Amino acid sequence: MVALPSRHKSLVLLAGVIVLQILMLAVQIKRDSQGRLIRVWTVGAVSPFERAGSNGFGWVRDTWRHYFALQNTTRENEQIRRENDALKLQLSQLQGKAADADRLAALLNFRQSHAEVPMIAARVIGVGAGTASVTIDRGERAGIRKDMGVITPDGVVGKVVETYPNAAQVLLLTDKDSGVGAMLADSRIQSPVGGQGEPLLLMKYVPNDDDVNLGERVITSGMDRIFPRDLPVGTVAEIKSGNPFKLIRIKPAANLERLEEVLVLLSLRPLEMKNEESSGDAQPSAPSAPSSKPAVRR
Amino acid sequence: MNDAFDIRGESHIEVHKFRTGAIIIATLLALLIQSSFPIHFAKAAVLDFPLLVTIYFGLSRRNPSTGLLLGMFIGLLQDSLSGPTVPLGLYGIAKTIIGYLASSIGARLDTEHPAARFALTFAFFITHQGLIVVTRRILLAQPEPWFNMHLIVAALVNALVAVFLFLLLDRLRKN
Repeated sequence: MVALPSRHKSLVLLAGVIVLQILMLAVQIKRDSQGRLIRVWTVGAVSPFERAGSNGFGWVRDTWRHYFALQNTTRENEQIRRENDALKLQLSQLQGKAADADRLAALLNFRQSHAEVPMIAARVIGVGAGTASVTIDRGERAGIRKDMGVITPDGVVGKVVETYPNAAQVLLLTDKDSGVGAMLADSRIQSPVGGQGEPLLLMKYVPNDDDVNLGERVITSGMDRIFPRDLPVGTVAEIKSGNPFKLIRIKPAANLERLEEVLVLLSLRPLEMKNEESSGDAQPSAPSAPSSKPAVRR
Repeated sequence: MNDAFDIRGESHIEVHKFRTGAIIIATLLALLIQSSFPIHFAKAAVLDFPLLVTIYFGLSRRNPSTGLLLGMFIGLLQDSLSGPTVPLGLYGIAKTIIGYLASSIGARLDTEHPAARFALTFAFFITHQGLIVVTRRILLAQPEPWFNMHLIVAALVNALVAVFLFLLLDRLRKN
């Protein structure tokens, strides 16, 4: 047998490892399998540390924002400053807790006002690389399944694309592969809204003849059978004429770049929502002017 | 430690050893920071800590076989943590090649000088993104732009962070 020089050995190893990974990619495309077992093991092993890391970073951030960033404001009296700094530190911790409490209270209010819709709150514990996705700290054991919708009280966030026992991955609306059935709140023109891999979303199929106004609200249409009708998607931020459709850019209603807590809609069946103002009547919901806080019914 | 960035014979380049578990812990920490940091600091998404760790250990260990295997390991873990829209192998292939290149270059050049580290990280970052674009376009048939200004800015930021991160990681070396 011919012995390979050590330099060639590493080249052969490189070629072997690359070919192996290309084959792995090919298998995933061909069989539409996504290496679930490897992902389950990896996410299962890493998500407890992600949880701890997320909490740790949150504490550091709050301390930085509310304490260190303000520290240069006074140098007049060392003694008073020291006391002041200690108080600021205490205050920053309280502010951090208060901000957390506010966010959680908003989630709780939203959850309580839509008690008939099964949903569960989850905390964002990780961010995916090369794609607009996040990992949340609830998974199959909490009843979360693939394709469930994810929202915040501000609006639509995305949908669950993978679940693990104690975690799930959520594809954000801003990802190129993401989309939601939507319509313009005033004109009721329906068109899907999709991500482009950048902060603004794109509404593609609105004819040039239709009137669309800057700042107009975009809400879910319910046509995707994932999200209930009338949830806020965003607002029209830019309108350009295209051929044959307008190019409408939408600013997402939910702050997708700073997600900390989300709500997962625990249903794969289509849900219906009606406007709060029309929920008191026996009349069917009017097709115009939905309120910003829509009521939900199954 | 020589601060010069000079080309030397392979036999004169020092191969650095690390404390027990240092490579594994640094790798896992990099993956953890990569997935947790951007939740609280959105702009931190521009940093690629797993890539920086791959480059650092490749340059320091100077063994192409271990460099490419470490790159593959880190890349596949990053793929696993990134959800099903990132197929297993996308970052794996890119980081395997970067691990190989870094350790091959590390075996030929003295890469201890901060300027050398800055330049190499800049070049490796661009190469890494290029490999991902090639994989996406050719193997996965996904549209992906070849070049944009964001890439250059991201490469510069990563190169700058690498200079300081590598100094920190130097402390893990056995003297």
